Amino acid sequence: MIRLLLATLLATLLAAGMAVPALAQYRLPPAPYAYQQLENPAAEAEAQALMETLRCLKCQSQSIADSDAPMAGDMRHQVRTRIAAGEEPEAIRAWLVARYGDYVSYAPTVSETTWPLFAIPFLLILVAGILLWRRIGRKEGDAA
Amino acid sequence: MKRLWLWIPLGLFALFCGLAAYQLTQPKDEFVRSTMIGESLPQFDLRPAYASLPGAATADFTDGKPKLLNIWASWCIPCISEAPHLERLKASGAEIVGVAIRDRPEDVARFLANYGNPYSRIGADDLSEVQLAIGSSGVPETFVIDGTGKITYQHIGDVRAGDVPLLLEKLQEAGQ
Repeated sequence: MIRLLLATLLATLLAAGMAVPALAQYRLPPAPYAYQQLENPAAEAEAQALMETLRCLKCQSQSIADSDAPMAGDMRHQVRTRIAAGEEPEAIRAWLVARYGDYVSYAPTVSETTWPLFAIPFLLILVAGILLWRRIGRKEGDAA
Repeated sequence: MKRLWLWIPLGLFALFCGLAAYQLTQPKDEFVRSTMIGESLPQFDLRPAYASLPGAATADFTDGKPKLLNIWASWCIPCISEAPHLERLKASGAEIVGVAIRDRPEDVARFLANYGNPYSRIGADDLSEVQLAIGSSGVPETFVIDGTGKITYQHIGDVRAGDVPLLLEKLQEAGQ
């Protein structure tokens, strides 16, 4: 029993020791605009809308608005300072897409690789429409 | 003949399920690659991250000699395991410029004292600005920059023993 307790204690200490270097990235204070909203509410709303559609690169299923990763904080700082400087949200998105590709943006766009996603539903509706039309047309023909 | 037609949707569905099942068993590639390869290094001028070495700026990469740009941090655990391989790259004649992400000078000094210093310069990137501008999504990452300041190659993750010859080759290619 005592041996088990000691082993648990040792494992906990080791785990705590391992975590120390990784936590050191939090030793620097967060970027000024990581958690600080812009003074102008309209600009903040614009920034917020953009941040909700940008992917956090550290925690890839979250937006930078949702993530507490220091890198997401630095990205929010980047977005807010650029919006405050008068840059258009779509220009900021384009700047990031030029660096990380489409993956960084959650906003759907029609591109070389994504066009089937937009085309297939229309094709399916078209096929369904044709099938339906033929069936209904045939039934009316039968009745007549 | 009409019977055969009826099986097509089910066949397509089975095909789709098969494809999805196959994809689920494949390892996921979580790397977000920089799309800045072939582009010029973004403009930056970083203060020194470590008292005994100069900081890093875009201008340092335009002297005609290809260099490695290593994005790292003292708090990054894989950076410890890549340190000896960076030493080997340095010993083979590679010049390595460091960019330390969100780091304090005392932490940088401690890391270099513990694991060696392969860098000719280290700039401090406190707001990850250079990291974002170059399209890097984590630490460590190593970029090859040619003598005119153009990005020619990106290595994601820690440099391992097997990556050393490849990086040397990419450096040589960048010099031609």
